[in-house]
Amino acid sequence: MSERGEAGIPPREETMSKRTTGVLDTSSPPSVPARKVEAAVPDLLLTQEHQMCPGCGEPLAVRQFLETIDELDVATRAIAVVGIGCYTAFSGSMDVDLVQALHGRAPSVATGVKRMRPDALVFTLQGDGDMVNEGLQEVIHTAARGEKVTCILLNNGVFGETGGHMTATSVIGQRTKNSLDGRDAEYHGYPVLIGDLIAQLQGAAYVARGSVHNAGAVARTRKMFKRAFESQLRHDGFTFVEVLTMCPTGWFIPTADGPGYMTETLGEVHIMGELKVDGRIRTTQELHDENVAKQREHEAHFAAGGERGG
Amino acid sequence: MSEPSDREPGIPASNETGPERPRRAESTEVTSRGTVTIDVEHCKGCDLCIPACPPRVLTMSNAVNHMGYRYPELHPGCTGCAACLYVCPDFVFEVFRFDKPMVSAVTS
Amino acid sequence: MTTVAHRTLMEGSEALARAAIVAGCRFFAGYPMTPFTELLEHFAKLLPSAGGVCINAESELEAVGMAWGALATGARAATGSTGQGLSLMQESFSEITLAELPLVIFNMARGQQDYFQATRGGGHGDYRHIVLAPQDVREGVEHVQLAFHLADKWRNPVLIYGDYLLAHTQEAIAVEPLEFPELPAKEWALDGALSGSGASRSVTPLGVSKVGQPAMGQEGKAQYLASKIPLMEREARVEAGHLDDAETVIVSFGSPAKFVKYAIGLLRAAGYRIGYVRPITLWPFPYDALAAAAANARRVGSFELCAGQMIDDVRIGVAGRAPVTFIGGVSTDHSGFGVGRLLDVEAVAERILALHEDRELPIVPGYESFSYQLQEHQA
Repeated sequence: MSERGEAGIPPREETMSKRTTGVLDTSSPPSVPARKVEAAVPDLLLTQEHQMCPGCGEPLAVRQFLETIDELDVATRAIAVVGIGCYTAFSGSMDVDLVQALHGRAPSVATGVKRMRPDALVFTLQGDGDMVNEGLQEVIHTAARGEKVTCILLNNGVFGETGGHMTATSVIGQRTKNSLDGRDAEYHGYPVLIGDLIAQLQGAAYVARGSVHNAGAVARTRKMFKRAFESQLRHDGFTFVEVLTMCPTGWFIPTADGPGYMTETLGEVHIMGELKVDGRIRTTQELHDENVAKQREHEAHFAAGGERGG
Repeated sequence: MSEPSDREPGIPASNETGPERPRRAESTEVTSRGTVTIDVEHCKGCDLCIPACPPRVLTMSNAVNHMGYRYPELHPGCTGCAACLYVCPDFVFEVFRFDKPMVSAVTS
Repeated sequence: MTTVAHRTLMEGSEALARAAIVAGCRFFAGYPMTPFTELLEHFAKLLPSAGGVCINAESELEAVGMAWGALATGARAATGSTGQGLSLMQESFSEITLAELPLVIFNMARGQQDYFQATRGGGHGDYRHIVLAPQDVREGVEHVQLAFHLADKWRNPVLIYGDYLLAHTQEAIAVEPLEFPELPAKEWALDGALSGSGASRSVTPLGVSKVGQPAMGQEGKAQYLASKIPLMEREARVEAGHLDDAETVIVSFGSPAKFVKYAIGLLRAAGYRIGYVRPITLWPFPYDALAAAAANARRVGSFELCAGQMIDDVRIGVAGRAPVTFIGGVSTDHSGFGVGRLLDVEAVAERILALHEDRELPIVPGYESFSYQLQEHQA
């Protein structure tokens, strides 16, 4: 049901006539009058360097929430609580006051931080192994209590850091290091759709599932971060943004196949969209229709040159 | 996995990046509304930017950077939409929009 | 008002909670478990009006996690349980110690006694918690305030070791704030203010740091904390008495120690030359005091209400200067939560005297029927 397709790719025939052997010099900014529309590295990232694999989707999400914090001008209120996974490496490069938590335990730590600093923007950064395996209880209770924190889930359906093993979000048929023949419902059971579970809880004010498989999805995820943070700052309740990310290493596929694999496997089960807005849980049909509309919108947006705010 | 061309227009079936170039000699005018800087030494050669670019003006190089990865190169026709920046895991792109669009004549 | 200037009858749990709040504790999280539950109840009742927060956590794991977060902001925070619940928190205890956070932990121990858990730690790696073992509610009120001070002084967790008796005994108590030496400001505490400045802070058990700041690495961090441990040993505290001419020295801690001291008082009055050493800190254990006491004694007895846990430290301290004998025993009630037959002045005196006179220890009535019988395949 998820909408697939790269943002705004014109048919090949149209681009072929423009092919040229002339490669432009991209080593320095343009010498003709121009304005920078997007900086390479977010201000809140101390270095662009990281050890994530080629084609990893996690940095795409990290950029978006860091830039959102700056867009909302709340950097000096931001406190991060980081779980344990590949993304833990960003604890050294995110220029945010930060607590390192144990695997699965970030939501309770975030609770303690927020209760003592109610005006801070407190968010967790966790993977699916961390949050949905080890820490399922923590995130559910934190959401049910309506703790005014934002839990951010980077969901790639595997334990990336330990080498690509099955997690509670891996989908049926997904091949992982400990489900080499594909996840089997009878033997391994079914995945947990954590965003959907959280949306059911009364304490959850805003719940969304984004993705980073193409530029449009990334742009849409950015808006989810913004709404989640704004909701926290209004003290509405618990907010949650799940982001489907590519893990070509954990999925045993070439990097370029990451987006397609994701939309065909994880994306078919963990449906993208705003699962709960203004306290109302959205129906599957609403999500499907919205996904189709948003995809078209973003194709047009990027094809037209992508002005920010569109 | 079914053929990508049925469901994912634009994502190459393999690691090929970009359509083949025509061999005919032709002169065309191309408008570039924007451009990018590409930090080639930080690229890890993941190819995600190639199909992400709506006007398809990025191709992977033949040369490799110091890490041994091929990296994207820019052709005329950039719109400054920043899709490449959105999908790049290594913060390689910086995106600019010209005050006045630039027209270049390109020949193959 | 949490300070109680004149003596008021209250149960130990309430006194400990009030003492914590008077010491500046503004966060508590816990999970109900006998005999600790009342401590949670009192924090829940008293913290909000003191400007603090008490959360009834949905599990012990989450309780210690919440305290961790509160500590990271620079607040004085605590958690607690009984031994079984603390078992669940052990990973976090190790990591909180590595992160150098000043957690105060309450153990209202059940009948099984948790000396090993408190002093050896059930967590992983080299770490030590300072452990204070009050003998009664009055001392408990002092120890709780001392605990928060020591925790901040060393940036290391401190555990208050109590039991059913401490938690539930009602005493006439005045909870008055004690004075402590000034401590440096918590520059490391997080409030978000430095986010985006290039000098943002992290509170982490790992040997990593932000880009551009020096990092110790995993080995370096472990070494750094290992070298803190001997420095904390100066916090050892002990009470001793009747040692000048003691032939027999009895070692005990906590609630049982009060019974032991009373029994020794009676035996002294009857002319027996018996003295005692009462470790106030279980870690750092007062080995030196024990060595000094044992030097002139003929025998040392270790009294505790379990199969023998503190005795290991007694043997280390005595270091062969005198024979060490275990004169305690398993002692709890039908529920396993509380105190049993051995916590009785007559029973204690009987056992001390038997040791002093080099007689066989009296068997606790009924225990023979619960003795493990060696089986053929084990012989």
